[in-house]
Amino acid sequence: MEDAKQIEAFEAKIVSGVKIEPKDWMPEAYRKQLIRMMSQHAHSEIVGMLPEGNWITRAPNLRRKAILLAKVQDEAGHGLYLYSATETLGIDRTELLEQLHSGKAKYSSIFNYPTLTWADIGAIGWLVDGAAIMNQTALARGSYGPYSRAMVRICKEESFHNRQGYEIMMHLAQGTAEQKAMAQDAFNRWWWPSIMMLGPSDDKSPNSDQLMRWKVKMESNDAIRQRFIDRTVPQADFIGLTVPDKDLKFNEETGHYEHGPINWDEFFEVIKGNGPCNAKRLKDRKDADIKGRWVREAALAYAKKRAKEKEVA
Amino acid sequence: MADTQLPVWEVFIQANPGIAHKHAGNVHAADAEMALQNARDVYSRRSEGMNIWVVPANAITASSPEDQGAFFEPSNDKPYRHPTFYKIPEGVKYL
Ligand SMILES: [Fe+2]
Ligand SMILES: [Fe+2]
Repeated sequence: MEDAKQIEAFEAKIVSGVKIEPKDWMPEAYRKQLIRMMSQHAHSEIVGMLPEGNWITRAPNLRRKAILLAKVQDEAGHGLYLYSATETLGIDRTELLEQLHSGKAKYSSIFNYPTLTWADIGAIGWLVDGAAIMNQTALARGSYGPYSRAMVRICKEESFHNRQGYEIMMHLAQGTAEQKAMAQDAFNRWWWPSIMMLGPSDDKSPNSDQLMRWKVKMESNDAIRQRFIDRTVPQADFIGLTVPDKDLKFNEETGHYEHGPINWDEFFEVIKGNGPCNAKRLKDRKDADIKGRWVREAALAYAKKRAKEKEVA
Repeated sequence: MADTQLPVWEVFIQANPGIAHKHAGNVHAADAEMALQNARDVYSRRSEGMNIWVVPANAITASSPEDQGAFFEPSNDKPYRHPTFYKIPEGVKYL
């Protein structure tokens, strides 16, 4: 039984802004929720490498190729920071990856959409990384020390991702009619999934009260989504792309954009595994794991052999 | 052999000459050399450091948060370790 005194002390710490560290006492529900959220976040970073990796060999020039390679490498790093932060809660990475591969653990809905043209790489950096930044800057203020520190580090690296994506879109939007159409097409396909990836609207998102009080969640999904839309729409206007939402309008009084209805059925279908690329992403991830296994085994065998040689010498 | 994600190594980075190494995070690696290379790739992609230490995570012994009070107690009752404990007459310089 968790006694009321422990919970009280724990909550007092959170109120006063002291971070919770791995060996501190914490309620089981807090630990469980963090493992679920943080591992889902870690999985998203590495599954997110797949749709972008698809274009590394076909980037239009060397500059773009080097940039995309560096961005995808950053995402691998983000995955690692997050797995390692999750491991501090007493679960190891082998188990976390098993949960991903068996479908027990989720990753962001957004990575189940295909990257059909080069403009999709621009749209991902601009919109998907842009939306992720909104979420991550909020999470950096969260109560769990290792998660919050990982977020600070990740946020520092994200702004390059966001800018390189916008730059790709800008170049296409200022190019030939065909290039501009390509940019608009990618924007049309990525806009709605990007605003959906910030999660269900507040009335569909259960039990967030306790999570907010424990500073596991810092802001409601709708609040983060609103900020993302308010910042992104003028960026689209600036490069002459049209937001694919005929109901979108600016409210002079509130100073916010109001968007049309979101297709939540689509969102929940993708989460359930029925998006356009769910099966492919999971297969590619599992293949990568299986193909990498011999490398880990060989590295361990080599390390053992060298340790023995040292002993003898 | 069961698959493994390789042992964990804690990573410490010295950002500039003359300052202390600071904990940066950790990596999984088969041996020290691989841990160093992984640490470089993961924690110094933007010239965050000029020197790296890697330490097997299981070689670190940490004090426990529950005993924090008692463990650090011996230093709490020794105010004479601080310069402000001593009263020096006004007018005395450089002390
Ligand atoms: Fe990332
Ligand atoms: Fe990113």
